[in-house]
Amino acid sequence: MSLKRPSKEQPESFEFNSSSLDAANKIIAKYPKGKQQSAVMALLYIAQRQNNNWIPLAAMKYIAKILDMPYIKVYEVATFYSMYNLSPVGKYFVQVCTTTPCMIRGANKLVEACKEKISENESELSPDKNCSWMEVECLGACVNAPMMQINDEYYEDLNKEKTLEILDTILKGDTPKPGSYRGRVNNEPENNRKTLMEFKNA
Amino acid sequence: MLKDKDRIFQNLYNDLGSDIISAQKRGDWINTKEIISKGRDWIINEVKESQLRGRGGAGFPTGLKWSFAPKEVGSRPHYLVINADESEPGTCKDRDILRFEPHKLIEGCLIASYAVQAHVCYIYIRGEYFLDGQKLQAAIDDAYEKKLIGKNASGTGWDLDIYIHYGAGAYICGEETALLESIEGNKGQPRLKPPFPALIGLYGCPTIINNVETIAVVPTILRRGGKWFASLGREKNTGTKIFCISGNVNSPCNVEEEMNISLKELIEVHAGGVVGGWDNLQAVIPGGSSMPLIPKDKCETLTMDFDSLVAEKSGLGTAGVVVINKDQDIIKCMARIARFYKHESCGQCTPCREGSGWMWRMLERMANGEASKDEIEMLGDVTKQIEGHTICAFGEGSSWPVQGLLRHFKDEIKKRNKFDPIVKENKNIPYLVDQHLLDKNA
Repeated sequence: MSLKRPSKEQPESFEFNSSSLDAANKIIAKYPKGKQQSAVMALLYIAQRQNNNWIPLAAMKYIAKILDMPYIKVYEVATFYSMYNLSPVGKYFVQVCTTTPCMIRGANKLVEACKEKISENESELSPDKNCSWMEVECLGACVNAPMMQINDEYYEDLNKEKTLEILDTILKGDTPKPGSYRGRVNNEPENNRKTLMEFKNA
Repeated sequence: MLKDKDRIFQNLYNDLGSDIISAQKRGDWINTKEIISKGRDWIINEVKESQLRGRGGAGFPTGLKWSFAPKEVGSRPHYLVINADESEPGTCKDRDILRFEPHKLIEGCLIASYAVQAHVCYIYIRGEYFLDGQKLQAAIDDAYEKKLIGKNASGTGWDLDIYIHYGAGAYICGEETALLESIEGNKGQPRLKPPFPALIGLYGCPTIINNVETIAVVPTILRRGGKWFASLGREKNTGTKIFCISGNVNSPCNVEEEMNISLKELIEVHAGGVVGGWDNLQAVIPGGSSMPLIPKDKCETLTMDFDSLVAEKSGLGTAGVVVINKDQDIIKCMARIARFYKHESCGQCTPCREGSGWMWRMLERMANGEASKDEIEMLGDVTKQIEGHTICAFGEGSSWPVQGLLRHFKDEIKKRNKFDPIVKENKNIPYLVDQHLLDKNA
């Protein structure tokens, strides 16, 4: 089990802006009447997006009120799932997969690169406060190992040099190109394709 | 090797485009109405005849599962839930279906919903696949626009709404009852079974839960006939399967192959061979991290299907093949998997919550050569105390890889760990009983 603690510095209040509120209402409509509690996960995401990628306690109270459920149940959900950040992370949030399939292809080199470029410890903001990194469990792109995720995008088939390049780009404030960094197409076997040949480069 | 025309996922590498027009060119949605007009019983029988088994790991016969849904819809509506919470280390097949073959999945949802009499279908996608989920959402929007789903879907008279629900990074939500809890807006902690979800599932209503790949192959099975699907592979292990080959191979890839293909062919032909040659192979995890590893000598002749892997005391699981060569420290690899399970345990059952941490800490020390000889037996004992003593199969999933390591690499652990349990050195091992002796420097 992983433990998560909310940040010590919390904003006084939180409210959805109008676009967040629209999105929230659309999501609540997906679920049957009286089951609006189902929307709690999606609403936490919306709060996280609105609030620089982290969820303050005030937002949990606000969501509890919208969905007419106890605050503690929102708190439970927010602390149970690992993708909700309960304390500030960088604008560029780097997640490096280090589970076995990535590990045996050299994920520790990616961690080294993050330590060099961003911060010595994980979940620590970089000196310019723009970037933070952490090790995470399997991100489900094992045939593209080693890989990392920056915000929503996957960066695959990396090595240390490529990672340093990507981190340099984000530290400059640009968004690097997502996908494979060895130039291969999706999940096809590199230079070794034996199947579905007639469609190749079709 | 399987013929290209028998591959169900023609767009696995996205050569052809995932949009609705390209999908229709590949044969999706062409005669959905005709298939559905043949009736519920025909669909379920055809799926039974194909002997399709669930692709999410447990391998439960799909036709049988569908037939568990109540025949008549009572006061409670039925639901169909698609499990796209793919988080098993070594597995990345569902992502490609969501990205590149979304219409196979959506059409499968319509057929399956009709078969189990559901008007609402939820697709539970892991939160990390947000962008892939957006691609699926775009495909769903297209399908609504063309009236393929929605009211009177594809002109069949059946109404179907499909919604996406994103997870948020909890491996346990791939367990079907935890997934239901998660959709209901709770912590993802599995429920006791029985009652099974087919009778009491989402919001207490009858619910059928299937993996993405299972549902996505159904339209093709119904078009080409259950007999065709059953003719591939072997008895009770039929059809095709997407294998994900990762780890120390020259070209890691996803590939759709016939069931019962030999492991050596998968690795040598499709994945370009083991890094350093076949002789450099140490072990293979055949079906995602929960399945016990298989050492090299057995890999020569191994075939990949549910039953032949069970015979080797492993399992096909999700068919995520992780190849580990001799350059890797096998104990370290398993310690990392144990850390994964320690991190992902939901914390509900004590044997799993505490035991997963125990296994991880012991394996870490074994990798560093700091364990004593009798701890090897103790580790085996811990795995036995977790296995079968938990609400869900996570207990088995976390203890089997450790048991696999102990079964095949005990000598390796013994060679490395010669630490004497009687405390002579000033070693700080917090849970040794004679810890107090340390103070006196005994």
